[in-house]
Amino acid sequence: MSVLRTSNRVRGFLSRRSTVLALLGAAILLLDLTRRVVSGDIAGSSLALFLWDGVVIGLVVGLAGIGLSMTYNILSFANFAHGDYLTAGAFSGWVAAFLVAGAGRFDVGDLFLLGGRGGAVDSQTVGVSVTATPVAVVVGMLVAAGVTAVLALVVDRAVYRPIRDRSGISLLIASIGVAFILRYVIAFVFETERLGVTSGAKVPSTVVPLLDVRITAHEATLVVIATGLMFGFHVFLQRTKLGAAMRAMSDNKQLARITGIPVERIVRLTWVIGGSFTGIAGFLVVLESGSISFNFGWLLLLLIFAAVILGGIGSIYGAILGGLTIGVISRLSLVWLPPSIMNATAFAVMILVLIVRPRGLFSGGTSV
Amino acid sequence: MTLADRTRTIFSRDWTTDLPGGDATLVVLVMLALYTWVGLFGIILGLDVSGLLNSLQTITFYAAVYAILALALNLQWGYAGLFNVGVVGFMAVGVYTMAILSRPVAPISGPPGFGLPLPIGLIGGVLAAAVIGLVAAIPALRVDDDYFAIITLGLAEIIRIVISSPAADEFRVGSIRTGTGGANGLSLPQNPIHSIYYTDPASPAAGTTPVGDAVFSIFEAVHVDPAVVVKITYAGVLVGFVVLYFVFLSRVGNSPYGRVLKAIREDELVANSLGKNTDRFKVETFIVGCALMGLGGILWQGSQGFTSPGNYLPQQTFYIFIALIIGGAGSNTGSIIGGALFAGLLFEGPRLISRLVDQFLTFRSSPNNFVDAVVPLLSLDIGPFIVYALDSIAYLRFILVGSILIYFIHNRPQGLLGHRKEIAASIDLLDRSAETEGADDE
Repeated sequence: MSVLRTSNRVRGFLSRRSTVLALLGAAILLLDLTRRVVSGDIAGSSLALFLWDGVVIGLVVGLAGIGLSMTYNILSFANFAHGDYLTAGAFSGWVAAFLVAGAGRFDVGDLFLLGGRGGAVDSQTVGVSVTATPVAVVVGMLVAAGVTAVLALVVDRAVYRPIRDRSGISLLIASIGVAFILRYVIAFVFETERLGVTSGAKVPSTVVPLLDVRITAHEATLVVIATGLMFGFHVFLQRTKLGAAMRAMSDNKQLARITGIPVERIVRLTWVIGGSFTGIAGFLVVLESGSISFNFGWLLLLLIFAAVILGGIGSIYGAILGGLTIGVISRLSLVWLPPSIMNATAFAVMILVLIVRPRGLFSGGTSV
Repeated sequence: MTLADRTRTIFSRDWTTDLPGGDATLVVLVMLALYTWVGLFGIILGLDVSGLLNSLQTITFYAAVYAILALALNLQWGYAGLFNVGVVGFMAVGVYTMAILSRPVAPISGPPGFGLPLPIGLIGGVLAAAVIGLVAAIPALRVDDDYFAIITLGLAEIIRIVISSPAADEFRVGSIRTGTGGANGLSLPQNPIHSIYYTDPASPAAGTTPVGDAVFSIFEAVHVDPAVVVKITYAGVLVGFVVLYFVFLSRVGNSPYGRVLKAIREDELVANSLGKNTDRFKVETFIVGCALMGLGGILWQGSQGFTSPGNYLPQQTFYIFIALIIGGAGSNTGSIIGGALFAGLLFEGPRLISRLVDQFLTFRSSPNNFVDAVVPLLSLDIGPFIVYALDSIAYLRFILVGSILIYFIHNRPQGLLGHRKEIAASIDLLDRSAETEGADDE
């Protein structure tokens, strides 16, 4: 990307030694984990639960990370508004889901507000869940994808494109402005309290034998859809001409331009795909957790950054693996650390990766 | 740089540098304008002298704290090009270290502290912020600007999360028990300003000192509440600190040391090739900046008698950035003016306007939610929407802040005074670089 400015000798030395130290640390933790499980300090089932939770959150973070990673790479800036794309997608999707699920039964205005500020509507009476109201969930997801894609395009056209030739920091600052606007437009409409949106306890679930882990229908939906989208995107990248063009852009912008790839069109396509994945990720997070609030995407943003950096900027598969790694690490940290600092652990891992391997753990070729 | 840009630059350069008395006059003029603006609101709202002085005091306080933090950030970003998005983390380290060191050993509520005198706590807080700065500066040497932004944001969040976690609420250092109070927050040592006026700083009722007697009686003659007098005094102390920061940073900026920093900002490779150990310069500058942020945090949040992790959310850092960007990164005078304008117009302005409209306009209905506010718009009744918007002025303020940030990045990336970004060389090379810029665009 840009010139790494420090003397290579210092870098090389630090990087080799800190890599060894990091690996050593990981090995010690793994040994300790094995010891704890074998000695019965931690029940096998709670370890399995940590891992499952980690995979669930990791898939969502990875799905949202795909868009961030692609735009970060192609446009060379860290989009601090990406977390709020998640929120915007989720709110639009859930409004659509409520309107579908409660149509005819409730006042449209109350449905639009997702049951905030009184009204007859609440999560239990509308009763959205993937089993009870599958159509509402599907419509909600499609709306989330569509709205977020359009939003990403509009923001790009209005804010980012006019200053595309500026430094990454200028774009980053502009994206902070976008983040503020999106987050507080949502707060202006929906207020800041956390709203329950799914039928909660009524969502069917099943206990996996042997592992003794309870899996809800919503978690299963999240896993299936996230992996499905990731696989679909993989096929798109590998098999279609547009996919090849995107990979080419991601590998080497100048070269792509010279070979006649329509750069702006690919950029737009990147926003559309990245945006819709992000919107769906937002919708799924809410489906799984059962509640929505105006700043949940912003709170997830650093985790998404962590995933993207871990996977290597520009690497789509890296973003997915990075998301899973961050998800699993943050949940596994509960073995040693209190839950209140779970996210701090994930951020610490991110900082460690930036120091040890600034190009990411899984980076090799950027988009293969 | 287009011709239009250049003419604009020339025009704005003319009026700000030709002022008699220079930058000091400029800052005073901006403050006078803000006082007039706030004063007018106060008079229209019908505040008494005490209330009026109090609102002027509030503006001065916020203008000063934002100026202090913008100045510290300007050292890191404006001079050395270190994009630190974790300002609030260093403030938190300063305030909490100060609190832990100087809280009593057996407090009435909350976790015990070390019971040291306040000045030691203050120095400790500043040093702690500097040490955390050193820790953060290590990655600064190894990564690009945008990565550094993410690292510092992550660090600030780690600091906030750890402080607010129940595990940090109370813990042991050796045999001494102490803690951060977790999410509940922590009461802080009394602002030492109180001891000028009151015999017992903790309770005004216990009696006043001779100074307090004299000053209060003067102000009571014009019906000013003693509490307001105390606050005004502290705002004055903060203005003193703004001056100190400004003098210190200007001297740094004009020294040979500062020239190296500006060279690093413009092109680190060149500075490096000229034999400057840029890594060392960057780390040192970052540490000093963090120490100044720690002190700024103590002067602001640490002076309020109470602090909690909610005071250290990332948006606080962005406010400081916005102040600096409005003023113009790279200019110390710009940092002060940016801080003042941010505090007076963006931060307090919407609140004042909402109070004003509330007092003088009454609308028939007050809508309960967004839908109730928007539906009447269809029948061209904008009243409910206005009422709703005024009730939600806190959110609209953020939207305004975001829009202004984007506007500045689009139209005036150099800020209001950024055209006076001090250049690294002793002669102006800008004209030449403007001509060659187009040719070697990457």
